[in-house]
Amino acid sequence: MYKLKATIIKDIRILLRDKVGIALMFVMPIILVVIVTSIQNSTFQLVNKNRIAMMVCNRDTGKLSTQLIESIDKIGMFKIANIPKSETEEAIKQRMRGKDALLAIVIPADYTQKITAKAKNVSGKALNSFGLNGDTVNKKISVNPLTMYFQPVLQQSYRFSINGALRSALQIVESRETLRQLYFAINEKPLPEALEKDLLNNQTTINEVPVSISGGTIMPNASQHNVPAWTIFAMFFIIISLGGSVVREKLSGSFIRLKTLPTDFMVALISKQITYLGVTLLQAAVIFSMGIWLFPLIGLPALNLPSDYLALLVVTLICGWCAVSYAICMGVYAHTQEQANGFGAVSIVILAAIGGLLVPSFAMPDGFKTAAVISPLHWSIEAYYRLFLDGGKLKDVIPNLLPLLGITMLIQLVAYIGLKKKNLV
Amino acid sequence: MANLAVEINNLAFSYTENTGVHFAGLNLQVPKGERFGLFGPNGAGKTTLMSLMTGLISAQSGSIKLLGQPIGIKKDKEVNKLFGFVPQDFSFYQELSPAENLEFFGAWAGLSKKQTNQRTTELLEVLGLQDVRNQPVEKFSGGMKRRVNLAIGVIHNPAILILDEPTVGVDVQTRHAIIDYLRKINNAGTTLVYTSHQLGEAEDLCNEVALIDDGQIIAQGQLESLMEKYGQPTLEGLFLNLTGKQYRD
Repeated sequence: MYKLKATIIKDIRILLRDKVGIALMFVMPIILVVIVTSIQNSTFQLVNKNRIAMMVCNRDTGKLSTQLIESIDKIGMFKIANIPKSETEEAIKQRMRGKDALLAIVIPADYTQKITAKAKNVSGKALNSFGLNGDTVNKKISVNPLTMYFQPVLQQSYRFSINGALRSALQIVESRETLRQLYFAINEKPLPEALEKDLLNNQTTINEVPVSISGGTIMPNASQHNVPAWTIFAMFFIIISLGGSVVREKLSGSFIRLKTLPTDFMVALISKQITYLGVTLLQAAVIFSMGIWLFPLIGLPALNLPSDYLALLVVTLICGWCAVSYAICMGVYAHTQEQANGFGAVSIVILAAIGGLLVPSFAMPDGFKTAAVISPLHWSIEAYYRLFLDGGKLKDVIPNLLPLLGITMLIQLVAYIGLKKKNLV
Repeated sequence: MANLAVEINNLAFSYTENTGVHFAGLNLQVPKGERFGLFGPNGAGKTTLMSLMTGLISAQSGSIKLLGQPIGIKKDKEVNKLFGFVPQDFSFYQELSPAENLEFFGAWAGLSKKQTNQRTTELLEVLGLQDVRNQPVEKFSGGMKRRVNLAIGVIHNPAILILDEPTVGVDVQTRHAIIDYLRKINNAGTTLVYTSHQLGEAEDLCNEVALIDDGQIIAQGQLESLMEKYGQPTLEGLFLNLTGKQYRD
């Protein structure tokens, strides 16, 4: 026991003197979690706080285009800047290149005229179908499209959201005009404003209800999603320090001396596992604490810890153990520190990507969804999400922990085979 | 048999890559209490033989016994308590202080905390490292590092001390301090198995020598008898006489 204690003390001393390693294990993940959570939180707040800059070139002179712009503004997603209607296509593109806005829309010159004509046509058809005489324009009326220019940095997912928002604004304008035309055709007087409001604004709202194991209805936020994910990332990134430490020890003379002493080398490996498992627990404690206490101070949503603390500890321990095992395995097989650090870091990013840390698993192609099961980071994030988002208990995370333990044991076995092959144990 | 510190019988070894030195039926005996020097040109097999003696590598056949106990049987590391090893490279943690290194290696050598503390104080005092006991070794001079390297090798007071060029790259003062210390522990009963290219120093320290070349012991005996036998006034003369003057690497 004294040998193990002395070895742990030695490992802790070396670790504490490795300032770069400590920075990589603690400071970098903290910066990462704050930045990513801030960015994602800002994305979640695209409506209300962080509006997308949009230029509007209204070539139409009618009232419907003005109503369209008002409807777009009401969505709350865009910061609208009107530009002269005489602006040419090239001039608009020039403004876009100058980063004046991410988006620009051009409302065609005959927008009001065409929408009005279409509304009259539709209302006429409706009256005819009621058995009344409506003014039907028989030929089909085609409305010129709204043109949307966008910066290429605008990702497809954002464009889909923007497109949806614009379509809903267009629909409101068209529906309102059709309603007015229909009302006028029947009553030969304009649609009263109050009735128009009642007819158009009485939209059914969407009641979002998170379905969790615990039955809780707290809405998940950017912190609940990001803090567990980047905590796992930080844990696995100890490969930079631990993998390098194993290689350094292998390459240094101290390793030769250890082999000649009457102590099994397994003591050194057990010590490293205990020491770095402690590091991973500390990483989790630091990052979670930041989520709870620091985030609200810097305007981010606070992290809510799961109610089952024991489950949180067990999941963190097993994730940490897997991360430590992976780092040791890399260290055993790498010939140089550069190999351990380079391959280790890249492999963690790959495992994080296929594990669903960078893009959610449900949004990944089928092949990647299948491949995710080999990533220990996948099972780690699934277990954490079950606790942080679903309000699950220990029994609920067992289906995630068993594969994670299996992968950990496999990594330990591979490391042991490597040590055996190299005559180290 | 009971008076032998090292006993090598019929040793066969070659590297799997079939390169470098190989031993075929090598025999060597080092009596207890000797200051034994193993010399040879580069690539002769000195370091390989020391690695076999310390169990770092295993022989294909034959046996090596230290104080009558076989070495190289992996599961049984009790025999490792009998010897200390001072490799040519600095074999410790440069980030740690001498006291911290000795604390760790003392535990690995099988000492209790109390024994380790006691030996640490003794060794740091004797080797002139007491004033820097808590400073990181990475800031030390080459000579100070050599002394730390030696201190770790003798932390557990081994019966046999195996040294691979323990004074390489140090100044005259440190060399004298190390040699004096080795002589002192030999007087206290420790058998020294030593190799070096500093033949003047070796001549001063060793009373029994073996010359090895191309994996074979080409001469062994009391230093004075060998010099007399080959008509050489110095160890260096004896060395050149037996191994020739051509480059070996």
